[in-house]
Amino acid sequence: MMGNFLTPRCLAIAVAIALLAALPAWMNGVYYVNVASQILFYAVFALGLNVLVGYAGLTSLGHAALFGVAAYATAYMLQLGYGHTESILVALLVGVASMAVYAVLSLRSTGIGFIMITLALGEILWGLAYRWISLTGGDNGINVPKRPAPFGFAMSNATNFYYVTLIVFLLSVIAMAIFVRSPFGAALRGTRDQPRRMNALGYHVWLIRFYACLFSGLLTAVSGILFVYYTQFISPQTLALTSSAEVLLMVIAGGPGTLLGPIVGAGLVVIVKTVVSGFIERWNFLLGAIFVAIVILMPDGLVPGTTRLWRRFIRKRPPAPAKTEAAP
Amino acid sequence: MSSVSTTNDSAVPVLELRGLCKSFGGLQATRDVNLRIMPGDRQAIIGPNGAGKTTLFNLITGIYPVTSGQVLLYGKDVTKWQSHERTAMGMARTFQVTHLFPGLTVLDNVLLAIKGLRRSKFVMWRFLSSYKEVYDKAYHLLEQAGFLDRKDLEVRNLSHGEQRQLEIVLGLASDPKILLLDEPAAGLSSGESAEMAKFLMKLDPKLAILLIEHDMEIVFDVASQISVLHFGQILETGTPQQIHSSPKVQEIYLGTD
Repeated sequence: MMGNFLTPRCLAIAVAIALLAALPAWMNGVYYVNVASQILFYAVFALGLNVLVGYAGLTSLGHAALFGVAAYATAYMLQLGYGHTESILVALLVGVASMAVYAVLSLRSTGIGFIMITLALGEILWGLAYRWISLTGGDNGINVPKRPAPFGFAMSNATNFYYVTLIVFLLSVIAMAIFVRSPFGAALRGTRDQPRRMNALGYHVWLIRFYACLFSGLLTAVSGILFVYYTQFISPQTLALTSSAEVLLMVIAGGPGTLLGPIVGAGLVVIVKTVVSGFIERWNFLLGAIFVAIVILMPDGLVPGTTRLWRRFIRKRPPAPAKTEAAP
Repeated sequence: MSSVSTTNDSAVPVLELRGLCKSFGGLQATRDVNLRIMPGDRQAIIGPNGAGKTTLFNLITGIYPVTSGQVLLYGKDVTKWQSHERTAMGMARTFQVTHLFPGLTVLDNVLLAIKGLRRSKFVMWRFLSSYKEVYDKAYHLLEQAGFLDRKDLEVRNLSHGEQRQLEIVLGLASDPKILLLDEPAAGLSSGESAEMAKFLMKLDPKLAILLIEHDMEIVFDVASQISVLHFGQILETGTPQQIHSSPKVQEIYLGTD
């Protein structure tokens, strides 16, 4: 399978990467390049949450707080005068460590219990960001005056920032693609579907969920760091429950437990939030209407729903013309 | 705490229960159960509904903590161990209600089961499909169990009887020394039950089996020793003939029909 690069799937991936790589050339204006950057780092965030929601069957409603903790850690380290490398490393560490604490506390239960504990932890972190003024600046937040310049590649302009985000995004997607097919990925889905059986087979269900949380926390921290460099500002608003709900909606709308779903979901939410909101004042209403439509028409998400429609479409037509279409 | 068995037997029992008790509040579900299973033994536990058979299994496998008493695997006290650690010691079980992965293929179910006891189950950076030796073992297991022709079928498309058999195949994947079968024939038709009995009798004779079952034909076919559980207590232990003719057993179990 690996040797055959001419399958429709590989062609589609190649076209998608080419389009993304050339995006600043065909997309008119800095504004839209910035929107694309936002979609990409929110997609990394949604991929991270999808590890828990889609593959572990654990729904977290406090992920924005972890995202925010990594962002705050970066901003605070920079404010203290450390360099970008140290700040990013510390932020990754703080992000994963916070997730570990989250996991130890919330993995005592699953289902509704897990949702409520993550919700509570998220609110605590939001409260801390809001009230611990000496550390976070409270409502004023923290400014990040400069973006880094890795290997002399200045990220200060929109196009360069987009390329760095694209690279991080692609690495995250590759990591996810391998993760899903790895023994650990199979074990994680097993604990989602049949935890008692997994236990009887010799799997330590708790530990598997814990490691999954750490992986999710790592992706979340990565996206949080990209976010704080993008906006060059962090305030408690980022950690709020609405942000957690938003990223959860990205995952659910796109299709939890699929590789592409969270990416599509991130695209949908960010476009409605930034681009469409320029034309329609009540964009929240529109976003709500879209979600209701998705829930009614494709309850398992846009990606699985579209795949099902596509298969039905292909089956209706005779297979021969479909084949000639795919050949060139 | 590796307390070696005090008896002078040359062989150590695979599984030994010493004075096992379990209470749920005021209800005594298991009372002073003693049991010894030697390598290759085929024992069965029968008893009316609510006698505490499944509770006993849950104590043996570590799903419930015991109230008092000991569980020993190869003479080693594992009473405080978690289930997955007991599996690593060579204990495997099946469930009364089928616990398979319905969305996965037969092969994937077995692969997951084999991976359970390997350190590489935590590997996130390599494809599962690159572990050739795990696949070889899966094919071997499927061939032995007669499932090789159906390996790519999704489990939800198998018949109930096939699912019950696959349930046992998953138990065998960890190379257990003792297999605990919780009503393997639950919900099977009489024809499927006979198939199941044949399937069980084909298993490796060195493997010890402890069986809970309602289907008396399977019990009398497979087990060489039967214990009767009543209100959490073992009333009587003996060969199938002894149990069959015991007036006490007939009174509480065979005769109550």
